[in-house]
Amino acid sequence: MTTRHEFDTALEELRSKIIQLGNMVEARIGSALDSLVRQDSDLANEVVVGDLELNDLQSEIEEKCVYLIATQQPFARDLRKIVTGFKISIGLERMGDLAVDVAKVTMRIGKTPLIKPLIDIPRMSESVRHMIIDGLEAYVKEDEAMARRMSKMDDQVDHLYNQIFRELLVFMMEDPKTITQATYLLFTARFFERMGDYCTNIAEEIVYLVTGSRSDLNE
Amino acid sequence: MGQSLTIRNLNAWYGDNQTLKGINMEIPANQVTAIIGPSGCGKSTFVRCINRMHDTVPGARAAGEILLDGENIYAKDPVELRRTVGMVFQKPNPFPAMSIYDNVVAGLKLNGLRNKQKLRAAAEKSLRMAALWDEVNERLNYSGMSLSGGQQQRLCIARALAVEPSVLLMDEPASALDPIATLRIEELILELKKDYTIVIVTHNMQQAARIADSTAFFLNGELIEHGPTSEIFMNPKEKRTEDYITGRFG
Repeated sequence: MTTRHEFDTALEELRSKIIQLGNMVEARIGSALDSLVRQDSDLANEVVVGDLELNDLQSEIEEKCVYLIATQQPFARDLRKIVTGFKISIGLERMGDLAVDVAKVTMRIGKTPLIKPLIDIPRMSESVRHMIIDGLEAYVKEDEAMARRMSKMDDQVDHLYNQIFRELLVFMMEDPKTITQATYLLFTARFFERMGDYCTNIAEEIVYLVTGSRSDLNE
Repeated sequence: MGQSLTIRNLNAWYGDNQTLKGINMEIPANQVTAIIGPSGCGKSTFVRCINRMHDTVPGARAAGEILLDGENIYAKDPVELRRTVGMVFQKPNPFPAMSIYDNVVAGLKLNGLRNKQKLRAAAEKSLRMAALWDEVNERLNYSGMSLSGGQQQRLCIARALAVEPSVLLMDEPASALDPIATLRIEELILELKKDYTIVIVTHNMQQAARIADSTAFFLNGELIEHGPTSEIFMNPKEKRTEDYITGRFG
């Protein structure tokens, strides 16, 4: 029997807003990658414009969190739910910003032929989107083990980043004319690598939510 | 200086009704220990055992050990004990027919102190410690009842401090006060713990979280959990503690 029906409803609303934000960010990352692979500036533009919507939703979540802390005086797991929800929403919003950065690379490259078929960058995107989906599920289920497994996937993202770095370095050394585009692609790989780190931070928040103690998964 | 308390297997009854069941607890000196729990859980009985006020209730009894710096309080004279273990109650209760000054020195006079200079010095010291001196020093002969609720409570604290106790028991000392007066009492408690061991019963979770070094949760006469306040409020070990502090009892 709960005696805090209103509060529980508000916490549930907060959670569903965070899931909504997560799903939107995951979709934006997919669109940003598609725009790059297909060299589709219109799609890239949609990602850039759509970021406002993400920012608004994140602000709404932030306000909700502050309001709940001020009015409900939460303790223990309730407080952790709000604090972690707040931090997860910030991580997601930053990933949305990185998706915008990827879309801007699409715009800069324009219709210039790609120096190579994109293989590993789409893999990075795939891994990151997988991490977000698993992270959201771990958050909903409050599943510590799942969060920890999700954070492990960041190793694969880092590995791909290093591989891309070496590969593009070779391109640039062999043909200086590729330097401009190779740099853009290197930036892009870096954007996805950062997204992987944000996912790991989200995993850390979930572990804290469930256990009440902090652990560093960014090793 | 404050003194530590060790409670061993403390049980208490009102007639056949057992209100405390096998409490074991360490209360360190010069710390604030908050006692929380729902109404009827035994919090007040617990603090009333510490200065043996529980003994004074007809039909009430207690068993077990309470050691004050290692000495069993049941081996002491109760009047002597209450000089060492002072108490402040929920409702400010200044002696109605007495002036502010007489309220503060009442305990000292009862103990036989007659020297006016000493009484005056003790009154000033106690009122200063209770953060009331600046507000009343020009009207010490006014009735204690002329003060506001918050001031009356600080007067009662000054009265308790005048006999120089080492432990101060406070049973919901701020629950009848407005938010400003409450925060004053809280600041005073943080100030006083340098010199006293403080045990405070409170229904206000935020208050316990703000002022207590450790917090104990009582339920149905049992001590469910006792630990550092940050742990009790951020990550309690017991589900019953979490259910209580988050307002999801039962």
